[in-house]
Amino acid sequence: MTDVSPSELMVIVAARELKDKETILVGVGIPNLAANLAKKLQAPGLNMVYESGAVGSNPTRMPLSIGDPCLVTGAKSICSMYEQFAYYLQGGRIDVGFLGGAQIDKYGNINSTVIGAYKTPKVRLPGSGGACDIASNVKKIIVITPHEKRRFVEKVDFKSSPGFVDGKESWSKLGLQGGGPYAVITNLCTMKFDQQTGEMMVVALQPGVTIEQVQENTPWTLKVADKLESTPAPTEKEIATLRSLDPTKIYLG
Amino acid sequence: MMSDKMMTMKEAVSRYVKDGDSIYLAGFTHMIPFAAGHEIIRQKRKDLTLLRATPDIIYDQMIAAGCAKKLVFSYAGNPGVGSLRCFRRSLEKSIPKPIEIEEYTHFGLSGRLFAGATKMPFLPMRTNIGSDLPPENPLIRTIKSPYSDEVVSTVPPLNPDVAVVHVQRADVNGNSHIWGIIGEQKDAAFAAKKVIVSCEEIVDESVIRSDPNRTLIPDFVVHAVVHEPWCAHPSYTQGYYDRDNEFYMQWDDVTKEHDTTMKYMDEWVYGVEDRAQYMSKMPSSKILKLTPKTAYSTPVSYGSV
Repeated sequence: MTDVSPSELMVIVAARELKDKETILVGVGIPNLAANLAKKLQAPGLNMVYESGAVGSNPTRMPLSIGDPCLVTGAKSICSMYEQFAYYLQGGRIDVGFLGGAQIDKYGNINSTVIGAYKTPKVRLPGSGGACDIASNVKKIIVITPHEKRRFVEKVDFKSSPGFVDGKESWSKLGLQGGGPYAVITNLCTMKFDQQTGEMMVVALQPGVTIEQVQENTPWTLKVADKLESTPAPTEKEIATLRSLDPTKIYLG
Repeated sequence: MMSDKMMTMKEAVSRYVKDGDSIYLAGFTHMIPFAAGHEIIRQKRKDLTLLRATPDIIYDQMIAAGCAKKLVFSYAGNPGVGSLRCFRRSLEKSIPKPIEIEEYTHFGLSGRLFAGATKMPFLPMRTNIGSDLPPENPLIRTIKSPYSDEVVSTVPPLNPDVAVVHVQRADVNGNSHIWGIIGEQKDAAFAAKKVIVSCEEIVDESVIRSDPNRTLIPDFVVHAVVHEPWCAHPSYTQGYYDRDNEFYMQWDDVTKEHDTTMKYMDEWVYGVEDRAQYMSKMPSSKILKLTPKTAYSTPVSYGSV
């Protein structure tokens, strides 16, 4: 097997989660690569939608931001910012949304707002942008993140985007139309969420990784699925296709 | 071709932007009117409430220059790069002065403009509930549906004192053609009390009337029209010049300290008279690099019997 970097592995594993004909709300960087990779492999009919209002984009180069002009050239449709959130997201037209953040907790709540207290921040982060809107309305939220102790916390400092909040029972009372967090993909494992409690649960280990390694890098005692699987190693085709998408390694470094 | 709305950016800012105003420089990544921001800085406007979904580099500069009292926003980052350091310095360390914030999600802020433009007392939406934002921003509330037991989030209307909207082409009265990412340009123009349109090209009214679906902003909501080529650099104007991604990445270094930021401002903002002089300083290699390939749309017929 060709050696793959942690970023490449995460993109390949995330791309496998995407199905043909699904509509994906894509962020720049790693999620954009995952969507483009899936489109070139098992999901040629994938619809890529960007927060900026670009729908069905077909970028010929890697965009730096979600409003990059290369997402406009040759797109299916462009709508206003309000229409994007109202018709596409709130209208229930998006299957999968990719989210990221500085912190994620065991119920899949994501913090992209502040480290420390809101009024007296230790580190002020950019804030929700569309993330909370996405989390509240897509059928599946997928998070791709390096598996580090500072990112995985038992309770986030600030819930920018709600996951299953304090557990699935309290979450279901909120009446959000979205399906909540679906998968968290890291360089060490893939986690999904317990159907009853909404708690994050390891379902598969990335090639060569042990459950002990995963636990060492997570500050709370992780739930592990009864049938823990191993992620199939990236294929030569997946690796070659991915590298052709980011030849100068802007995101895959 | 003249109209009493045609003026320079200097005149437009001098006439329509006052100390203490709330202003919305529109554009989601696309067509951000940097030339207007720079002119506001040069005219030393202060105590402004800066409104934008993504403050972007333009508000980072205005905050560093001391124009801002408050920021109303939904994503205060440098997309694909990281932080807006001047904003963070102001919020975390009060350099050069403290700043108040009022924070929404993207849907929340664009919804506020929609409510403002359509004169509604609030806008219901499916977001915010379950997040920690509503407790920090008491203007985000909930309402029970009058038709069911459902409870949804609400945001209040936003009516900026002034909106500046950059467009590809406009006629002398301000009828504006916009294409590409149209962001919140139309909502901001209809929501604001005063509207400054800047454009890459001034065209005859017949050009506008040849393609009315592309006119997002009609002349009667526009107060000033500024012919300002390259107004949006380092942001972009689809079909005219590309986004200067290199500059967006360099901004992170330029703004490491307040002093290094002000050194940039001295050269590129205070050190020039206007956008034309700013562009005359731009290396031609940069201009060539940002010149896009053409990609024309297929013409349509608007004919009738």
